[in-house]
Amino acid sequence: MTLLSIESVARRFPNGTEALRDASLSVAEGDFVALLGPSGCGKSTLLRLIAGLDAPDAGALHWQGGPPGPGEIGFVFQDATLLPWATAEENVWLPLRLRGIARAEAQPEIRAALARVGLQGFEGARPRELSGGMRMRVSLARALVGRPRVLLMDEPFAALDEFTRHNLQDDLLALWRDTGSTIVFVTHSIYEAAFLARRIVVMTPRPGRIATEIASPLPPQPATRFTPEYGALVAEVTAVLRRSMS
Amino acid sequence: MSWPPAIAGLLVLALWQGAVWATGVPAYLVPGPIAIVKAFLAAPGFLLLSLASTLVVTFTALAVSTVLGVSLAIAITASRWARAAIEPWAVALQVTPIVAIAPLIIAWVGEPFAALVACATIVAFFPIFSSTAIGLASPPPELLDLFRLNGASRWATLRLLRLPAALPYFLAGLRISGGLALVGAVVAEFVAGAGGFASGLAYRILESGYRLQIPRMFAALVLLSLAGIAINAALAALGRLLLRHRGEA
Ligand SMILES: Nc1ncnc2c1ncn2[C@@H]1O[C@H](COP(=O)(O)OP(=O)(O)OP(=O)(O)O)[C@@H](O)[C@H]1O
Ligand SMILES: [Mg+2]
Repeated sequence: MTLLSIESVARRFPNGTEALRDASLSVAEGDFVALLGPSGCGKSTLLRLIAGLDAPDAGALHWQGGPPGPGEIGFVFQDATLLPWATAEENVWLPLRLRGIARAEAQPEIRAALARVGLQGFEGARPRELSGGMRMRVSLARALVGRPRVLLMDEPFAALDEFTRHNLQDDLLALWRDTGSTIVFVTHSIYEAAFLARRIVVMTPRPGRIATEIASPLPPQPATRFTPEYGALVAEVTAVLRRSMS
Repeated sequence: MSWPPAIAGLLVLALWQGAVWATGVPAYLVPGPIAIVKAFLAAPGFLLLSLASTLVVTFTALAVSTVLGVSLAIAITASRWARAAIEPWAVALQVTPIVAIAPLIIAWVGEPFAALVACATIVAFFPIFSSTAIGLASPPPELLDLFRLNGASRWATLRLLRLPAALPYFLAGLRISGGLALVGAVVAEFVAGAGGFASGLAYRILESGYRLQIPRMFAALVLLSLAGIAINAALAALGRLLLRHRGEA
């Protein structure tokens, strides 16, 4: 079932930069979509339109069952952007707290979200006591805790080292399989898009449009990384991306 | 306190005393450290009472500056109109030399204690105000977006994001204002001293100067700088205590 359909949206910033033109995309319930494209092609802009943080100048977004309300969007940024003065638990509590849910009442959900990202036992740790990967896990738990209708991720693992990035990708995939969340994941890594997504959406250079979509035939599991089919998909996506650039 | 400044300080004091002895310069021109300590010990309560009077003005001004500085910083963060209305006046007040307007303020306010506090506040207010305003605007746009996505009210954003983010900035401003409040209090006392109703340290300095009690004048000066150092150290310690859990996120 289609959760969101984006119809010919355009976005031109007041300084004249045309970030998106005639971009259309639909996202099904439970889908895992990767938005792939060169730097500056409007991926973040499209994600902010989906989140409702920005409005299109033309075109429209249609949500199944109406646009999402407060707390119905989970957003993960490139940096963990935690509150440095708050513990992991308090950081994860934040979305619930803003909806007026007391800490004691939120406790089971907070614990569950932290456990789901492998951080049980770190409830009381402050950001500076955590590694970059662990901070990103807290950030992920914070996005998950309110059971959002859709999880939007903007190059969340780009700043991590490769080993940590692989671990987090594996965990995100497991999480998606277990929870059936809908995920829109922005990346400029072909490898990441090919490994994670069920649908790889390739964008053109600015002003961004959707160039092509590629459906992934690969099983969503860590072992996929080491299969020839993964290599073939990476090669296919690379070829498509190269064509969309010219 | 670490050793190097203490040793350096003692060395300077010894040289000073040695030079006073060697040259035989009279104490009413340049008193040595021993004469200064003697002058203090001759009537310690007298100078300490004056110190207390100056410190009460200083801390009252610091408290008023904190309340005023933080409230106005919140106001200019919340409203563009308030920013346009307040900021130029704050800057104007900051660049006006306090010695130039202290006589006016003392004449207008009338009540002596309030007049001293008003002068010291004018001097101490600005660092707290401006650094708190910068701190309130410091949260990264991503965090502000996150608050928006979760339907946070302005009040919730202020309480849970902007105010805690501003705390280190506020504390840095407070530390500067602590020293300035003391300076402001002393300047006001100097001006008011001529009117004869103040008994703070500045008044003692003037009075000792008129009576050629130069060692006592120096004792008052030393007390004043010790008070300044103590205020600075205390505010620095307060900052470390409040920020001990902070780090990059
Ligand atoms: N608020 C803004 N005002 C003006 N121009 C903007 C604004 N936000 C983005 N842009 C411009 O719009 C274009 C698309 O930006 P966007 O951030 O969406 O790119 P991106 O695909 O996410 O790039 P990257 O991979 O580097 O993050 C860029 O040229 C950018 O400079
Ligand atoms: Mg981007």
